[in-house]
Amino acid sequence: MPSTMPMRTDSDADRPRLAPHVRLTFDQARGGYVLLTPETVTLLNDTGAAILELCDGERTVGKILTELRDRYDLVADDEVRLFLDDLLAKRRLEVSRG
Amino acid sequence: MDRPFGLLAELTYACPLHCPYCSNPLNLDDYSDELTTQEWQRVLVEAKGLGVLQLHLSGGEPLLRRDLVEIVRSASGLGLYTNLITSAVGLSSRRAELLRAAGLDHVQISIQADDPALADRIAGTPSFERKKAAARLVKKLGWPLTVNVVLHRHNIDRVDRILDMVADLEADRVELANTQYYGWAWRNRDGLLPSRAQLERAEATVRATRGRLDGRMEIIYVVPDYYSRYPKPCMGGWGRRQLTVVPNGDVLPCPTAHALPLPRASVREHSLAWIWEQSPLFQRFRGTGWMPYPCQSCDRRGIDFGGCRCQAFQLTCDAARTDPVCHLSPDHGLVAAVVRAANSDTRPGRESLIFRLHPDRANMPRRAS
Repeated sequence: MPSTMPMRTDSDADRPRLAPHVRLTFDQARGGYVLLTPETVTLLNDTGAAILELCDGERTVGKILTELRDRYDLVADDEVRLFLDDLLAKRRLEVSRG
Repeated sequence: MDRPFGLLAELTYACPLHCPYCSNPLNLDDYSDELTTQEWQRVLVEAKGLGVLQLHLSGGEPLLRRDLVEIVRSASGLGLYTNLITSAVGLSSRRAELLRAAGLDHVQISIQADDPALADRIAGTPSFERKKAAARLVKKLGWPLTVNVVLHRHNIDRVDRILDMVADLEADRVELANTQYYGWAWRNRDGLLPSRAQLERAEATVRATRGRLDGRMEIIYVVPDYYSRYPKPCMGGWGRRQLTVVPNGDVLPCPTAHALPLPRASVREHSLAWIWEQSPLFQRFRGTGWMPYPCQSCDRRGIDFGGCRCQAFQLTCDAARTDPVCHLSPDHGLVAAVVRAANSDTRPGRESLIFRLHPDRANMPRRAS
């Protein structure tokens, strides 16, 4: 467990992962990825799913950005960070530091 | 047509607790012919095909179903997110380990208060210490834990201590849910409804604690709709996001809709897909076409969906009226009068509560005050 659960990623060394109650899964009926908690369903676009698949608690934010750049032509770093911060604030993600 | 996200599976209405705010139906004998394991497994396959992603296993007390592990294993195999909603009475280490191995994703445990004597009095049976032990077991096994505390007049002044207790249990989430007055709880409404001053103090405590915990535990606070300007958007819209299957196989758009005078729909007679898409029950209040004045022309009709059909029926005997909780409802006076009484200087310090009786259990407290 992380010693603190900050609400923002303030460093590219942060290592995000899904919170214990959150699951990323492919929804066959609707044909897209979804993020599940006991009470919520977040429909994801392909980019969102690609980012979250990299949030394994091992990769740093910096490494996630690098891998996304390898895969996609246009990666807006700020938008990826905003996406992660939003999920952190909603407690869908946790981060480890250092 | 929308596809449902969540299935609430009420496996049995048997329960070791006797909470006065129980929302299960009054006539539990009607539900004793429970679905078999095979029938539940068929329901799960059909639910998955219909688009269901989350399965909430509830009751009554779902641990009283001997096939619970088998049902969880089937759901997990289908890729459903499985959530056990339990009193935790009967959650032994052995059972918990089997459920973990079967793929259960999340556990929600109800606790009645932070004080052992008060908690046991509300539950109508000694259960507080077992619940806390079960909560620790859940965390030890690495599960995410939500603690649910139903709030009412008799425990809402202790929200600060309740939150401390839940934080000590290292819960990931706590749900503070003000009582909703359906089923058995309806009988005890006047004794359970808190005063406005109680609510304001509780809400201030929740805000302060959220700040203090700084994100370590998620606090969900479910507002009491009698004190709201607008009604709750019942189930996110009738037949729109959720469905409930009750112990005897009846399917409902919401768990309290059994009380409404509408045609039944059962998985023993029809497929879940037919029930969701075509049954008169699920069509009845879907969308906005059924809405009366003032909902029909209201900007919030796609937010509130006219409020709760069960509440409209309970208060006005007409399920097609605007939820009287809404300040725009022509029937709002019905709610205002109850709220006035709950805040009256002449309200007794403590009304007597009628504890839930279960048909198969003889020796339980009938009344306590």
